[in-house]
Amino acid sequence: MWLRLTPFVIVAVLVGPILAGVAMVLLPAFGYLPTLGGETFSLAPWRELLAQPGLARSVGISLASGLLTTAVSLVVVLLFLAAAADTRLDHWLRRAVSPLLALPHAAAAFGLAFLIAPSGLLARLFSPWMTGWERPPDLLIVQDSWGLSLMAGLIIKELPFLLLMSLAALPQLDAPRRVALARSLGYRPTIAWLKGVAPALYPLIRLPIYAVIAFATSVVDVAMILGPTLPPTLAVSILEWFHDPDLGKRFLASAGAVLQLGVTLAALLIWWWLECLARRLGRRWVVNGQRRGGERWLRLTGRSFLITTTLTAGLGLGGLALYSVAGFWRFPEALPTTLTLGHWQSALPALSSPVTTSLIIAASATLLAMLLTLAALENEQRHGRRAGKNGAATAPNRRVTAMTLLYLPLIVPQIAFLFGLVVLLESLEIRARLALVIFAHLLFVLPYVFLSMAESYRRFDPRWTRLALTLGHSPNGAFWRVRLPMLLAPLLTAAAVGMAVSIGQYLPTQLLGAGRISTVTTEAVSLASGGNRRVTGVWALVQATLPLLGFIIAMGLPRLLWSNRRGMQGAQ
Amino acid sequence: MSRYRPAHLATALVCVFLGLASATSLAAGPVPDDWQAVREQARGQTVYWNAWAGDTRTNGYIAWVAEQMAETHGVEVVHVKLDDTSTAVSRVIAEKAADNLDDGSIDLIWLNGENFAAMREHDLLYGPFAETLPNFALTRPANNPEMVTDFTLPTEGFESPWGKAQITFYYDSDELRGDSQEVKSPPDSIEALLDWSRANPGRFSYPRIPDFTGSTFLKQALIALVDDRQPLYAPVEESDFAKVTAPLWDYLDALHPHLWRGGRQFPDSGPALRSLMGAGELSLAFTFYPSEPAAAVADFELPASTRSYVLDDGTLGNVHFVAIPFNSPHKAGALVLADFLLSPVAQAHKQDLAVWGDRTVLDVAHLDDATRRLFTVDANNAAMLAPEALSRTLPEPHPSWMTALQEAWQSRYVAR
Repeated sequence: MWLRLTPFVIVAVLVGPILAGVAMVLLPAFGYLPTLGGETFSLAPWRELLAQPGLARSVGISLASGLLTTAVSLVVVLLFLAAAADTRLDHWLRRAVSPLLALPHAAAAFGLAFLIAPSGLLARLFSPWMTGWERPPDLLIVQDSWGLSLMAGLIIKELPFLLLMSLAALPQLDAPRRVALARSLGYRPTIAWLKGVAPALYPLIRLPIYAVIAFATSVVDVAMILGPTLPPTLAVSILEWFHDPDLGKRFLASAGAVLQLGVTLAALLIWWWLECLARRLGRRWVVNGQRRGGERWLRLTGRSFLITTTLTAGLGLGGLALYSVAGFWRFPEALPTTLTLGHWQSALPALSSPVTTSLIIAASATLLAMLLTLAALENEQRHGRRAGKNGAATAPNRRVTAMTLLYLPLIVPQIAFLFGLVVLLESLEIRARLALVIFAHLLFVLPYVFLSMAESYRRFDPRWTRLALTLGHSPNGAFWRVRLPMLLAPLLTAAAVGMAVSIGQYLPTQLLGAGRISTVTTEAVSLASGGNRRVTGVWALVQATLPLLGFIIAMGLPRLLWSNRRGMQGAQ
Repeated sequence: MSRYRPAHLATALVCVFLGLASATSLAAGPVPDDWQAVREQARGQTVYWNAWAGDTRTNGYIAWVAEQMAETHGVEVVHVKLDDTSTAVSRVIAEKAADNLDDGSIDLIWLNGENFAAMREHDLLYGPFAETLPNFALTRPANNPEMVTDFTLPTEGFESPWGKAQITFYYDSDELRGDSQEVKSPPDSIEALLDWSRANPGRFSYPRIPDFTGSTFLKQALIALVDDRQPLYAPVEESDFAKVTAPLWDYLDALHPHLWRGGRQFPDSGPALRSLMGAGELSLAFTFYPSEPAAAVADFELPASTRSYVLDDGTLGNVHFVAIPFNSPHKAGALVLADFLLSPVAQAHKQDLAVWGDRTVLDVAHLDDATRRLFTVDANNAAMLAPEALSRTLPEPHPSWMTALQEAWQSRYVAR
């Protein structure tokens, strides 16, 4: 019976806090917050917001980084998939991309910054023998005012996400047969994929794409590291206003948060409009009969871009590692003059507590998310599909709404509702910090866990369960003894994704923990304000390693447990 | 986490009646006059100390303090790591707004200047308490007025001094070596800095406003450029801001094109300047912590050829403090911690270059011989500033100038 309740529990857990948080931001945005002396509604916060220097530019960059990041990532993913063949390089690329998903955004951003800065690894590798630079060139690269480095940093993370989402959706489409059919009509393979598979794939990855747009328009930690500064992106400005000791700025910040909500919505609308445009133009292109145009070019772009992204992330991590053991390192030298373990040694005693806290939070949030997800999916298996007796359409429809709600925490910008949530919890005198942080993480962990688990759960051959039932097992027995063990590999992967998402959270930890809960991520970001690249290197590496360990366990454990059952070892 | 909170008014009344003042007063705050009672009360408390954590050496020192406090006073100290102190200020404000009057999340906060001014203005601090700390007398406030003055504002016992900072410039003497192998002199005044920047474009910068160190640079330049410094030491509303600051904006307009990245971008913070120095992107930088260059040399961040100095006319200096929010649930523990921070052992350990290198607030000349020896400075460190240089200290202007300068700077230079 309780199984039937889980969908409602999930919706309540996800939607309730977000709506409450947004409401608590909307009121002060229009001047109403009695505790701070705002007794009446007014437009004063908006007037103040509009008077902020560089507001238009902040908004423009937030908007642009949302759209461009997503567009570039999507195009590259589609081109790569279109050109992908059974070559070794492609297999390697797919494998190399998945750990990138585990890489926390902040660590990736630090890696990129260390790589492309004028005194960074790249400039060092080519100086002075090629560039003639004896000193770092005075170039505005990191934190450039157009937000290009910010977008590059986001693409490094969003590309793998979209790629893996596409790879997960592809099996539903029976792509090889579509391509084979098109090829039999004389289409070149890449064109065949783009015309035959891509249009069908897009609707399946639309929600992840929207999540990427929303994330890229409102991201805080990456924008603090790579984003422009004069002015910063809208989300970063809002954070500064919220933290201003002048409480009057709370109204301004709330108005800003509402504006951020609007900017994210605008980005989504523009994208939706572009979708319509692309559909109209694309339809003509799909049926125009062109069978080979630009084949080679398309093939090269996707692959080379993906290789560049993967290598950049890898080199960035290498740079972090190098800095974490660097002694003094004068500019044109490609390697540090001396190496030292000193930075690690001095960091070690401080590491254990944040690492433990991170793991406790991540494990609790992931466990809760797994329980809810399993319950919801099992409920769907037992009741969901049977319920739609009089029309097969009802079940998928309901699933679509549930899916959309699942994406709510990924689409409403964190900065737009977390502050409201904090104010709300403060006034309710709820101060169980650790529990609150775990709960806040659950908001973001649950959608990802659900998304990464749902597909394999739904595709699980129902005949296994039926077989177990005919052999006299109860539905519960079938679940525990057949379904769960057989799905161990995807379950562990989902858990690893959940852990990775939780470990990377900055804003929810910082705000709901009242700053008292320190995890590797909050620690890394606050140490980064000290600007010491060596220390940052140590912490960013630790931050990157934790989720990676999770993925290694998730991949290794099924192989170990099911070493005598090849079909149950997961990842092909 | 156990904390005392009178469950019923009745219980509280009974306690008062029985003379258990120490038990009930936790809500209202301990009675600092009876130091022994404060220490008793502190035992077993957990003090949440909110302090900027952008520097590993500072964090290391705070970790040492936590160890000592647990050992000697039975107080657990938790360092709540901030990337910006104003975060903590706004948290206390939010708690007050939410009517959280006795169970706040912050017990001790490291601050000075405009953050202190803001907290005082909103009545967010517990006190006065400084004078009741046994070790406070060692600062000899009567002779060292900066121990009880924070950016011209009298502290009135609402914060207790912890350390001293002064703008100190540093450069790589190898970088500035000319053809004759002689070290070309770095700029010794704000005016000379402009000429130097013209001659060495892209080799100097200051942190982006509203960063603390960057804002201090604005004040330093303003003090050097105005004819009459008097108005700077009164609230900004009392003078014609545009007129007083006009020379500063002319100066910055002239300076910016010759700065790092052509003045189109600025480093994030004071420590970021140091990191850029280490990467070779800058040749000249400054810090608020006179021992920072020497410490950074020891950490391999800066080359051994680093040298420090202060401007000929002196540089801005100030004292940084710790204060207790009004709604701290562990005031006794916070008091004992504030007192420990003033103890000669803790102050000497803090000043040790291998630990942090932050200068002591104690009046060392008046300590007894054995204690004074704890504070001996290693004069042989080439990167270290000569101690006599720090006598040329300029006092901080009124905190309102900082806020006004920050706003003016932002409306002039953001999104240009």
